[in-house]
Amino acid sequence: MASYEVKLLGTLLSPFVIRAKIALNLKSVEHEFMEVGIFAKKSDLFLKSNPVHKKMPILIHGDRPICESLIIVQYIDKVWASGPVILPSDPYDRAIARFWAAYLDDKWFRRIRAIILSQGEEAKKAALEDGIHGLVLLEEAFTKCSKGEKFFGGDKIGYLDIALGCFLVWVRVIEIMANVSLIDESTTPQLFKWAQDFCVDDAVKDVLPETDKLMEFVQFNYVAKLKSRL
Amino acid sequence: MAEELNVLRTWSSPWGLRVVYALKMKGLEYETILEDLKNKSDLLLEHNPVYKKIPVLVHNGKPICESLVILEYIDDTWKQCPLLPQDPYERAMARFWAKFGDDKLLPSIRSGFYTRGKEQEEGVATAIGNLKFIEKLLKGKKFFGGDTIGYLDLAFGWMANVISIMEEIAEIKLIDAETFPLISAWINNFSTHPMIKDLWPPRDRMIEKYKAIREPYLRKEA
Repeated sequence: MASYEVKLLGTLLSPFVIRAKIALNLKSVEHEFMEVGIFAKKSDLFLKSNPVHKKMPILIHGDRPICESLIIVQYIDKVWASGPVILPSDPYDRAIARFWAAYLDDKWFRRIRAIILSQGEEAKKAALEDGIHGLVLLEEAFTKCSKGEKFFGGDKIGYLDIALGCFLVWVRVIEIMANVSLIDESTTPQLFKWAQDFCVDDAVKDVLPETDKLMEFVQFNYVAKLKSRL
Repeated sequence: MAEELNVLRTWSSPWGLRVVYALKMKGLEYETILEDLKNKSDLLLEHNPVYKKIPVLVHNGKPICESLVILEYIDDTWKQCPLLPQDPYERAMARFWAKFGDDKLLPSIRSGFYTRGKEQEEGVATAIGNLKFIEKLLKGKKFFGGDTIGYLDLAFGWMANVISIMEEIAEIKLIDAETFPLISAWINNFSTHPMIKDLWPPRDRMIEKYKAIREPYLRKEA
């Protein structure tokens, strides 16, 4: 069997792995996808490649591992420079994209997960408010970044599309489980349309997991375990 | 075109210093706007509505927030004296360790600073474990950037800035010269560098500030 120069370790149930996979697809990089369960015992290769965090995704290029999803996406953009551009070319647009991507990871994803994973109605309500507030900010950011086009990146998907789009199935799962509306046609109409366009993009459509599959995964690994601790 | 560069920061914040050091390395003129975080200016709230935090770089009226994002912006906009390595893999490593510094190393150091007794011992042990990764990065190098100060040196500047202050106040030892000879040498090289030392916040003021920050945590424990 041919040994691939590029390997991606992880599972598409992880939004962070989804980011790396989409970036590789955008650049048409031939690679080996090595399925690793989030809670599975990790292989020697995995632990050797990410000894600091022991987390996915891990991109292995040649024999060198690169970790942290946004760092991987930027690496892919730089190395496979002849493919479609992922980071905006203008430095200010690039800074704005980086700012929002960091916001998603530092604040927003944690808050929307708390809608279903925190304890007590007050905590869940506060998480929902924060989650929606974040989306309203992103709706405004979309107007500025898209400049009238379909995506944050313009007429093609780019860095911030990938950074946010990877969470779309989690958003859907949370909406169903908590019976709430996050990306709403009336409150965030642009994001609502953007989400539809993102999901059917060629680089994305075979990557996002089925909602049912993620919901089962979330229910079993997070929600049920939370309940068993009570 | 004349560039207008303003940096909203405080006298002590290591995150603010990252930005002004980067501008200095690039030979860029800028104005500092000192903020009082207990009484934030309208300008700060307008330019950073999401976090309401410093630093903010304002370039010809356009704000950029989050210090590591700002460093990348400065490097992308002004090509002289590159801060990040050119090689894509080395760039990825620099970004990885900068993030590790902020997300893992600093919190572990804080956990040794804000606590006492067994909790403090555990915090210090975790911090030392994290510092061992950093020590390895300096093998054969004067700075994280090689011969000259680069992105990762600026990202780790807070180590040179605050660790010895926290050690003194909390009576803990994190960076001893025997276990961490390379980090110890780096702290000295960084803090005495001509680009760096003129903006160094005064030690006595820093000690006063960090003592005041630590106090409520200790009162909570009592």
